[in-house]
Amino acid sequence: MSGSIAWFPDVGIADRPTVGGKGGSLGELTQAGIDVPPGFVVTTHAFEQFLSALEAREPVRSKVEALEQGDMDAITALSRELRARVEEEPMPAELEQAMADAYGELCKAGEPVAVRSSATTEDADDASFAGLQDTFLWVLSAQDMIHRVRECWGSLYSVESITYRLKHGLPEEGVAMGVVVQQMVDARTAGVMFTRSPTSGDKSVITIEGAWGLGSAVVSGEVTPDRWVIGKITGEISVRDISDKHAQQIPAQGGGIEEVELPADKRSAPCLSDDELQALRDVGRKIERHYGKPQDIEWALDKQGQILLLQSRPETVWSAKDTVPVKKPEADPLKHVMTIFGGKR
Amino acid sequence: MADEQKGFPLPSSLKVVPGTEAAQAAYPYYTQFHAGDDQRFWFYNSMHFPEPMHHFDMITAEAAYCALGSFNTRVHVLPTTKGIDHRIINGRVFIGGVPVTDPEEIEARMGEFQQRAFYYYENWEDLYAQWKDKMKALIAEAQALPTPELPELEPIETTHTGKGVASNHALLDIYRKQLEGYFRMWHHHFEFLLLGYGAYLTFFDFCKKAFPEISDQAISRMVAGMEAEIFRPDEELKRLARRAVELGVDEKFHDGMVIEDVLGALDQLGEQGQEWLDELEASRNPWFNVNVGDGFYHYHRSWNDDLSMPFAALPGYIEKIKVGQNIERPTEQLVEEREQLVADYRELLDTEEDKATYDQLIGLAHRVFPYVEGHKFYCEHWYTNLFFNKIREFGALLAENGFWEKEEDVFHLTHYELESAIVDLMLSWSSGTPPIGPQRWPAIVADRQAAIATWTEHSVPPALGAVPDVIEDPAIVMLWGITRESLDAWLSDGEGDENELKGFAACSGVVEGTARVIKSVGEIDRIATGDILVCQVTNPTWSPLFQKISAAVSDIGGSMSHMAIVAREYGLPAVVGTGTATQKIKDGQRIRVDGGRGTVTILEDEPVLEDA
Repeated sequence: MSGSIAWFPDVGIADRPTVGGKGGSLGELTQAGIDVPPGFVVTTHAFEQFLSALEAREPVRSKVEALEQGDMDAITALSRELRARVEEEPMPAELEQAMADAYGELCKAGEPVAVRSSATTEDADDASFAGLQDTFLWVLSAQDMIHRVRECWGSLYSVESITYRLKHGLPEEGVAMGVVVQQMVDARTAGVMFTRSPTSGDKSVITIEGAWGLGSAVVSGEVTPDRWVIGKITGEISVRDISDKHAQQIPAQGGGIEEVELPADKRSAPCLSDDELQALRDVGRKIERHYGKPQDIEWALDKQGQILLLQSRPETVWSAKDTVPVKKPEADPLKHVMTIFGGKR
Repeated sequence: MADEQKGFPLPSSLKVVPGTEAAQAAYPYYTQFHAGDDQRFWFYNSMHFPEPMHHFDMITAEAAYCALGSFNTRVHVLPTTKGIDHRIINGRVFIGGVPVTDPEEIEARMGEFQQRAFYYYENWEDLYAQWKDKMKALIAEAQALPTPELPELEPIETTHTGKGVASNHALLDIYRKQLEGYFRMWHHHFEFLLLGYGAYLTFFDFCKKAFPEISDQAISRMVAGMEAEIFRPDEELKRLARRAVELGVDEKFHDGMVIEDVLGALDQLGEQGQEWLDELEASRNPWFNVNVGDGFYHYHRSWNDDLSMPFAALPGYIEKIKVGQNIERPTEQLVEEREQLVADYRELLDTEEDKATYDQLIGLAHRVFPYVEGHKFYCEHWYTNLFFNKIREFGALLAENGFWEKEEDVFHLTHYELESAIVDLMLSWSSGTPPIGPQRWPAIVADRQAAIATWTEHSVPPALGAVPDVIEDPAIVMLWGITRESLDAWLSDGEGDENELKGFAACSGVVEGTARVIKSVGEIDRIATGDILVCQVTNPTWSPLFQKISAAVSDIGGSMSHMAIVAREYGLPAVVGTGTATQKIKDGQRIRVDGGRGTVTILEDEPVLEDA
């Protein structure tokens, strides 16, 4: 993968170093036959190409390496300078053209896109700590899209990001990022799905959280989502918490999103039907089986009720815990009944 | 916490309802609360005895606890528990466990238990086959007991055979044999029960630890048997419906039919009708020996005693068969689904150790389960029917001799009193003078009838005495589902939403509809298609109703209860063990049943007016 643009069907998890975790995962899902809105990744090669152009004018990486850890004034000043350069200095023409061409191919009818940073770090948590989780929704033109890509790149030089690298002694050489550009659905309902209980770690249930409108409302925590717990194997719905969803996020005129209040009857109505819950469960199982481990998934339903996958990443909290047997093994099966009859429950 | 201040009333503070003192005193002395009982914890056994007990029916508690305790205390020697004590006040049965707390005693009992109980587990299939033979022999003995009767003069055969025993002696002989058989039946009942539940609960416990959010229903579905006797009566009805169509006599069955007329018409119909009646006979013996309750009350009659319940289901089944619908239970498919479920959960386990344990435990659960599901048909249904019907025969004989008005009145006497009345009649037949009983019993029967009516109006606290910190008694946890958590819930009862009832989530799904509060079999024809059944308890008798209803709610039962099992088969939302659904929900109200959460919500305060 040496080009500046990589389309979803052509990439997988193994391409993480050039397309980042998010891009690799969306490619992987697309290849697995899951419905993912189409898109491409602006690869790390694109970033490197752009950075070379910047470095040719004035150093970037060496300036960061020269910073003292803890010298906040200097870090803040350099961050401001470098972000401005990333966002404003001219870009190699062929690179800009490649991005514009890809956009043109993706959005033949002017479909809106989401632009998201796709960090190359192994652990999604690292990316959060390092401030590498930018998302720009409902982007409506090639020009705007390219600007948002620059903003994502610029976040590599945010104060948090620089501080994180200094603290962990990470070299500037190789600091790069992919940026995902993906067609966006005007979601009727969207949310997240955990194929392992976030509260108990139970692998036999799927927890689904969702709200009306775009998923950003759920991910950002601005709306309390409806919540269901479904037997992964049985499909029985054991928990139905229908919340008061006071608002929803929808596309704004001229790009971006806005929050609007919901009428009373819609606030307290479940945002998914039982059939839709079961369809989501099927998709969740399929993805989990594909990766061979529990997943945290972002999904959306378009206005026609079709399920689309926006992101999937491996569950990390419970998986990191030691797996000790639930019960001490016994050679004689009958010894097990002593847990009931022996009074040591 | 405020809850720590709360407790249940002491037994000594519970008063006999004024006017019922004599009826209360008539229960055996060993069932009356006495001084030492304030120091113990008791709970109202509303699961088995939800209504005030007729004095005769108390024999069920007595015989059951004689047997349950023996097997726990002295046969299998359960390490941490002995038997169950029971007490009666205001017609209600309270029970208290007898935990073993001394570590040395537990240790000693542990050794005994492993020697004894493990022998049962190791030889389960053989011992269970032997059990069925014992039960069938016991049933045959009861069936062979003659109807008690007294001839004017002894038949001449008594003389010619040199029999040497007169007919009045047979009364005592039959009565005592029948009583002996009933007590024996309960011993057989508990021979396997606790061990069976224990093995099942071991698997249950493991699943709850491995999959903290797994539903009880999913676990029971993994264990449920396929050939269980509890499905058989309903399967027989489907067979009869199919035969009716095959024989071309199906138009005789319709809603609101008079059963006598239908049977008469079939009899007149020639060969086809006769063949169907023969099929009916074949099904009735033994499969219509299911009663409409749990077999603990004499008035829970069987299908054989009252054909209205099974016949009510026939038109529905016939209709389905005629439109080509397959109503047979898809056993093979159910087996496949169960095996898939077991395999799918196994795959989720993280370690090889757990997979090995899981295999051991599901294996054991599958071995013991045929008994857990199957024993009730032989014990609580078949034998119990024979037993109460034999007592009815004595009731009729004594009524003929003026002891009381109707045969059912016999159930107002304790089994000791009944023996005395029988001896009274034997003496009178012997001496040729009138019996004394007719002067004594009518007033007592009337008094007790009134007492039962009074007690029905008076509720009792769910428990008495100090709340134990933990309920360690496996018998109480297994059979009654009582835990420290459930006691706390009882203590805080009434603090929640008045329109919401909580129970066990038996089968998931949400349905809104019209509640049909059904208190007896006589009311089943009020159920229209799509109604939600609300009742105290169901058993195999009720299975055919599940084809009509949209959801089910019961006062009594856990996730392994009959209603739960059948609801899962039919895929109907069900909430069981709500405690008070038949009291709080009014007939005709709109309710919402959420079988996944185990809640029932009353949507309207007043019942909808209906055509009378």
